[in-house]
Amino acid sequence: MHAESLPAGKAAALKAFEGMAAEPGVPKPDPILVVDNVVRRFGGLTAVNVNHVEIQRGSITALIGPNGAGKTTFFNQLTGFDTADEGQWTFNGRNMNGVSAYKVARQGMVRTFQLTKALSKLTVIENMRLGAQSQKGENFFRGLIPGLWRGQEDEITAKAEDLLQRFKLDAKRDDFAGSLSGGQRKLLEMARALMGDPQLVMLDEPMAGVNPALTQSLLGHVKNLRELGMSVLFVEHDMDMVRDISDWVIVMAQGEVIAEGPPDSVMSDERVVDAYLGAHHDAPLSAEEEERQLHEAEAELDKESTE
Amino acid sequence: MDWTLIFSRAVEAGIGSEAIIYALAAIGLNVQFGYTGLLNFGQAGFLAIGAYAIAVTVATFGLPFFLGVGIGLLLAVLMALLLGIPTLRLRADYLAIVTIAAAEIVRLVVRSVALSDTFGGTDGLQAFSGAFYDLNPYPPGEYGIPPIIGFDNRSMWVLTVGWALVAIASFILFMAMKSPWGRVLKAIREDEDAVRSLGKNVFSYKMQALVIGGVIGSLGGFIFALSRSAVQPDLFSTDLTFYAYTVLILGGAARILGPIVGSMLFWLLLIFIGTGMEEAVNSGAITFITVNQVGAIRLMLVGLGLMLLLIYRPQGIFGDKREISIDAR
Ligand SMILES: Nc1ncnc2c1ncn2[C@@H]1O[C@H](COP(=O)(O)OP(=O)(O)OP(=O)(O)O)[C@@H](O)[C@H]1O
Ligand SMILES: [Mg+2]
Repeated sequence: MHAESLPAGKAAALKAFEGMAAEPGVPKPDPILVVDNVVRRFGGLTAVNVNHVEIQRGSITALIGPNGAGKTTFFNQLTGFDTADEGQWTFNGRNMNGVSAYKVARQGMVRTFQLTKALSKLTVIENMRLGAQSQKGENFFRGLIPGLWRGQEDEITAKAEDLLQRFKLDAKRDDFAGSLSGGQRKLLEMARALMGDPQLVMLDEPMAGVNPALTQSLLGHVKNLRELGMSVLFVEHDMDMVRDISDWVIVMAQGEVIAEGPPDSVMSDERVVDAYLGAHHDAPLSAEEEERQLHEAEAELDKESTE
Repeated sequence: MDWTLIFSRAVEAGIGSEAIIYALAAIGLNVQFGYTGLLNFGQAGFLAIGAYAIAVTVATFGLPFFLGVGIGLLLAVLMALLLGIPTLRLRADYLAIVTIAAAEIVRLVVRSVALSDTFGGTDGLQAFSGAFYDLNPYPPGEYGIPPIIGFDNRSMWVLTVGWALVAIASFILFMAMKSPWGRVLKAIREDEDAVRSLGKNVFSYKMQALVIGGVIGSLGGFIFALSRSAVQPDLFSTDLTFYAYTVLILGGAARILGPIVGSMLFWLLLIFIGTGMEEAVNSGAITFITVNQVGAIRLMLVGLGLMLLLIYRPQGIFGDKREISIDAR
């Protein structure tokens, strides 16, 4: 691939990661999020124990790991939805531990949920409008006088309609969100998060349940966020997708960051293979391993058919 | 059987002071429960605060009537803050437990022997509504549509002020619920965490809903005290709260007109059935019960009606079926 054929954001991100050591906790040139010693225990179980990790600004970073690795719990700590037992982290240089969830979102760090939280008794467009920040009409007294917020509401609606179109939800504009399919709810939640013009978008399994054709257009949309100057941190189990869109991959297992690296090489990292195989044996494998098992299976089939 | 009497009593109850009091109590609950999903089981306490604020200010301390109104509103705000601060960060059921206890505490305090010099004990307080009726613009006489509706001039004044309060409160809420502020409340009712993730201060909105609903409840307390020119502690027991919930569910939660129509219909039916049965017993049409049993049977019928309502029309009269049924998918 030639550098000049790449979009500017992608090129900048690749350049930032060029030659970076593939080590857990490796420092990044321009981190938007820096995490130190974050620990979260549930009784005797240490769900998260992250020593040090940095997220590069303007990049798409994937957070992967086997089920129960602590990815969602880690998200919850960072976004104020849960209280970490120890540790601190800074967003844009500002200390964020102990900051409540709504303030985290207002500062530009917006997350979505693994278990989708579409507000089903609100219409799709109302869901979208809710995502906009600093609304004048969200104050009780100003809300009573429509003249004070109508103008802003119209701007918000226009922006919402634009996003809905990009997420192929414009036909559902006035339907209750509860009538959407699971995949459509995922899309709505992601579009709604973007209404607040976040700087860092944290997506917890955004593609789970979204059909392959739509996944392609969503991937395009996530890539576009990077072009618009946003940073993306997302959790995903689908390795093809991780390879396709991420600039950098962070691997968690049993609460710890065990590896980091560029998407095409990190999966062959020995620590990662161990983590996945240790967790359960049908996990993604290295290319050669997959090839070998395929041959074995074919041989088996041949044998059966000749018998 | 005197059908004119039965209809007259029923219609008068449907537009009378009870309907106003319960409409205001239910409008307050509508803000809290209907729109925001907060379970306030202590609405009776807010009515008691409103009623006793006027009574104590005027009857006990001899201070001006409107000072009593101001104190009532202020105390309702304080009570809401006091209940909300410890509970609104917790799960919804904690608010329910704390509010039901707080309302009982209010009732037990105002009926206590130790404080009877201030609150009048179980007898309550009288002689505080003079200043209110001095403002009455209706000259003495009978008003209404004979033979069905007839009110004296004092009742007319209470009804005028009461329905005006209902109208003002409903109009303000109508505007508020159409605004982005109302949108945040409805979103909180469904999923607080989703709303937090979008940068809204959920705690503050829940507190606002609790305060607004409590203040509207205290308006109902004002009308309660003034319409009877007396306050008694046991009028503010937990039944009041649950009747107000019945009214709200009957009319349809999360609808502006729900509590108003619910309250009118509730009182109309309650009195219609009660008076109808009494008349039937007195005239010998029903022989297997006595007049004394009518009250209890009337309550059983209310319970039965509420059950049927919840089974066949859970969204109430005005509710939107879609808003209710989506969850059942
Ligand atoms: N509220 C909780 N109470 C007790 N244990 C919890 C709680 N939340 C998470 N855990 C535990 O913490 C560990 C990490 O869970 P987490 O949901 O963060 O995993 P994950 O990496 O997101 O997994 P998946 O890929 O399946 O979503 C799990 O062992 C889980 O059982
Ligand atoms: Mg998870």
